[in-house]
Amino acid sequence: MRATILVRPKPGILDPQGEAVQSSLRQLGFHVDEARVGRVIDLELDDGDKTAARAELERACEQLLANPLIESYEIALET
Amino acid sequence: MTDRPRPRIAVVTFPGSNDDHDAALALERLGADATLVWHAEPELPDVAGVVLPGGFSYGDYLRCGAIARFAPVMGAVRRFADGGGLVLGICNGFQVLCEAGLLPGVLRPNASLSFVCRDVGLRIEQADTPFTRRAEPGQTLTIPVKHGEGCYVANAELLAELEASGQVVLRYEANPNGSIADIAGVANETNNVFGLMPHPEHAVDPLLGSTDGGLILGSLVDSARERLLTAA
Repeated sequence: MRATILVRPKPGILDPQGEAVQSSLRQLGFHVDEARVGRVIDLELDDGDKTAARAELERACEQLLANPLIESYEIALET
Repeated sequence: MTDRPRPRIAVVTFPGSNDDHDAALALERLGADATLVWHAEPELPDVAGVVLPGGFSYGDYLRCGAIARFAPVMGAVRRFADGGGLVLGICNGFQVLCEAGLLPGVLRPNASLSFVCRDVGLRIEQADTPFTRRAEPGQTLTIPVKHGEGCYVANAELLAELEASGQVVLRYEANPNGSIADIAGVANETNNVFGLMPHPEHAVDPLLGSTDGGLILGSLVDSARERLLTAA
């Protein structure tokens, strides 16, 4: 089972990386109102119960993969 | 002076720490016995204080301090802090303490996205902590910063709490990194854990331009010695 976790800076959190990306895109002529930069974490898991896997991944996000003070996360599971 | 007891203070070395020896040297000069403790140690030696030094622990992978907080020694540091022990986090050490939840808030990439490495002016907001007692309230210190991720972030609610409870101990005179409310250093509620982005261990010798770092580290040494004497 493969899990993809998206971690994003929460709204309102200053994202200088996003600002730099936005400014570079504009310089290239792309019309971008805002850019935010997060990260993607791909995980390979043992096949098993999806509900249990999701609960486990939520704990992993809360404890390590995201800092809940500044980041939100989304978990996508595919079999 | 010479017969004052030298408190033993642990300086934790994580893989990627690079200011551990500077911190140890500064503590020694200021009257402590510094002991380097490897991150894999499950227990701390018998010490009167702990310093988490600057550097790039575990390559700063994922987020600064995020991996270091799971180092075996951090369990012991947490127990030490929970028991009222004095813990000082400098730069990366500050980031580790925030990630570990021993200090409030979190540190993010500098607003400029540039690494800043220069002397900064700092204002002592609280001089009644174990880490600032040698300084006067409102005193200005010159201490260098050198970091890429020193932008202190707290939401409005947390910031109001920190301000109301006097946990904002140090502020920048000219903000080098975008930190909210110019915050350079914060303490926990019980004032026994303190973290700051500037490097006091790099400002203890006039040859390097300032000895103001001695006010911070010297305060820690005084406080650690006091605890040693009280315990004896």
